[in-house]
Amino acid sequence: MSTNKRLVSALASRSEEDFALDRLVVTTKADSFLEWAKRWGQSNSLWPFPFGTACCAIEYMAVVGPKYDASRFGAEVVRFSPRQSDLMIIAGTITEKQAPVLRRIYDQMADPKWVIAMGACASSGGFYRAYHVVQGVSRDIPVDIYIPGCPPTPEAVLQGIMQIQDRIKKGVSAYGDSVVAAEAKAAKAAAMLKASSN
Amino acid sequence: MSQELSQFSQDLEKSFAGNSYSYKFENHVIFTDTKNLLSVMARLKDEFGFNMLLDICGVDNSKRPVSEWTHGIRFESVYHLLNMDKNERIRVRVPVNVEGGEIVPSVMPFWKGADWFELEAWDMFGISYLGRKKERLLTHHEFVGHPLRKDYAADHNQPLSESSEIFFEADPAISEDDARKREWINIGPSHPATHGTLRIMAEIEGEVIKRSKLEIGYLHRCFEKMTENHLYNQVIPYTDRLNYCSSPMNNIGWCKAIEDMMGIEIPDRAKALRMVLAELSRVIDHLVCIGAGAVDLGALTTIFFCLEQREKVYELFEKLCGARLTVSLTRIGGMAQELPVGWVTDCLEVVKIISKNIEVVDGLLTKNKIYTLRTKVAPVSAADAIAWGYTGPCLRASGVNYDIRKNNPYYFYNDVDFEIPIGQDGTPFDRYLVRMEEMRQSLRIVTQVLNNLPSGPYQSLDKRVCIPPKREVYTNIEGLMNHFMLIMKGVRPAVGEIYSATEAANGELGFYVISDGGPNPYRVKVRPPCFAIYQSFNEVVHNQMIADAVAELGSMNIIAGELDR
Repeated sequence: MSTNKRLVSALASRSEEDFALDRLVVTTKADSFLEWAKRWGQSNSLWPFPFGTACCAIEYMAVVGPKYDASRFGAEVVRFSPRQSDLMIIAGTITEKQAPVLRRIYDQMADPKWVIAMGACASSGGFYRAYHVVQGVSRDIPVDIYIPGCPPTPEAVLQGIMQIQDRIKKGVSAYGDSVVAAEAKAAKAAAMLKASSN
Repeated sequence: MSQELSQFSQDLEKSFAGNSYSYKFENHVIFTDTKNLLSVMARLKDEFGFNMLLDICGVDNSKRPVSEWTHGIRFESVYHLLNMDKNERIRVRVPVNVEGGEIVPSVMPFWKGADWFELEAWDMFGISYLGRKKERLLTHHEFVGHPLRKDYAADHNQPLSESSEIFFEADPAISEDDARKREWINIGPSHPATHGTLRIMAEIEGEVIKRSKLEIGYLHRCFEKMTENHLYNQVIPYTDRLNYCSSPMNNIGWCKAIEDMMGIEIPDRAKALRMVLAELSRVIDHLVCIGAGAVDLGALTTIFFCLEQREKVYELFEKLCGARLTVSLTRIGGMAQELPVGWVTDCLEVVKIISKNIEVVDGLLTKNKIYTLRTKVAPVSAADAIAWGYTGPCLRASGVNYDIRKNNPYYFYNDVDFEIPIGQDGTPFDRYLVRMEEMRQSLRIVTQVLNNLPSGPYQSLDKRVCIPPKREVYTNIEGLMNHFMLIMKGVRPAVGEIYSATEAANGELGFYVISDGGPNPYRVKVRPPCFAIYQSFNEVVHNQMIADAVAELGSMNIIAGELDR
């Protein structure tokens, strides 16, 4: 939790000079340099948790396979333990039966964490407007990047991973937003409670 | 052949004089009732050699006119049986008065493989079977209602609050001391060895599985309900996502069923192209199965070789239609489009490369001591395999010589030269060997077909299914009307029903389609090969180590899209 608060506050105080390593002269505070270095490291060593359920998982295998090779982006160390991973890739249809499992695994991931909804089914239910299919995983968990396609091409998935890298470098995450929103809501509720008790 | 067939037909007709017998679309059909069901089944099994149960499904007649209901009863329980020697298929239809509390006798004593099919019929239609638990199979445990009934809205979602907990009832066969040695473990659904969508709950003593339970339905995407709301051609993309490792085969199975039903003979070129696509996808399906199965056992190198080969086939598909995985290449009446220039040469080149590289995979695994020791476990006998309803490589690995491509050849399988590999004792290692050899044979078929590719149209000229060429549409009224009718009203097979089967990568992929003459199928039941195979898992891994169960699971090649539909 605390890491995320730092991320959010770092975003607020971010200025152009902080990241200007490409210039010869670096004027920055040690604190923000360390923050920059941490984000740079994080973004290039993503450990994805493939929540693969259906056809998209087969295409995700191609992404980590020899030709498309996600290791070029530092995202090839696929971890099947949520405790060890920081990027959840939801590859496939999420059904009503699967949804509690998804929620539990997402909660088990340590923060900071990012989520990619890969493909039409994970994003919106796809062409399964059906009684047992969740119509988009954002009902249950906050999502960072939606990748269109049924299934998306490996190139599209790589682009999604690159966009996650951008988000990490900027210090943005849907999880962080959801935490901020939840805190704001709690603060508002507390204020209302206080007002009503007065 | 035809005389023998009619002789068989006559025998059946004579024997079941009390029940109305008919023969249509290469299926024998018998009507009976719940009282006589068991005696009819016993005679079919013993006298007529219908030794395999293919499928059980429910049908809800409520949207049809009452005059068409059998004996004025709304629900039916429909059985499909197979005689493997004569290669005959029979359908037994049993009307069930569900509202009146009628219970169907279970056919479990004849075929163990009825297990999940009967549970599914209860889950989907509320048809009860005698002595069977009323458990949810595909939908979740908080689900209310029976979704495939016609009065259940397709888009009525019912969210689930919590997953079911692992639970085993006390085993009366063991003492209290022994019971204390046992513990429960939960494997999946999110577990690398269960490929994301299978859940195994096991009671173990040390490393040995004493009891286990399976939970499926984590990828139940309501294929059958979706088909009821879509046009016949619109169903093709849904079939892609059944067995997504080899999509073209499902396309072919679906289109073949509808074509057989409408009596359409597709052009030779379309038949040949379908064979090429089917065999290429059989190769990639087996590659993924072998590669992923080896990863589960710790052999990580293999899958990279397998994926590299698969990528080459995907490139071919991409050249053909633009999609890699979910191709939707066929249409009812033929193929979606003509081959691009140079595709045949590319394909032959790829076949050469893959044949060479399959031997690399072979070198990595076949004589690998760890692999052989870990996979020569948990054999399945031929009798068990038939009783459970195994088909495809898993059946042949148990030593049963049955392959629809040989026994009941469709398209040009009669004219090409290929062999069917047979295993000995049905261990995961035998299945691996069978799959390896099948890939080589499939590549042989592809080469032969491509070297003799017939020319001509790629689509049938039948006006009921295929849009006329644009020239006709713009210059002549008949063509214009034909185009208009097909676009506005869709393909409409006449009233009737068919069970049509093809040999898919996992086994017999059957489509049971009922048409009421409308633009949408009235009822579609897929006979998924791995559904029948996976239900035997509990029995096969009984008293085996957990690690062996992983090897077994990998070799069964359970594809969730097809299992849960």
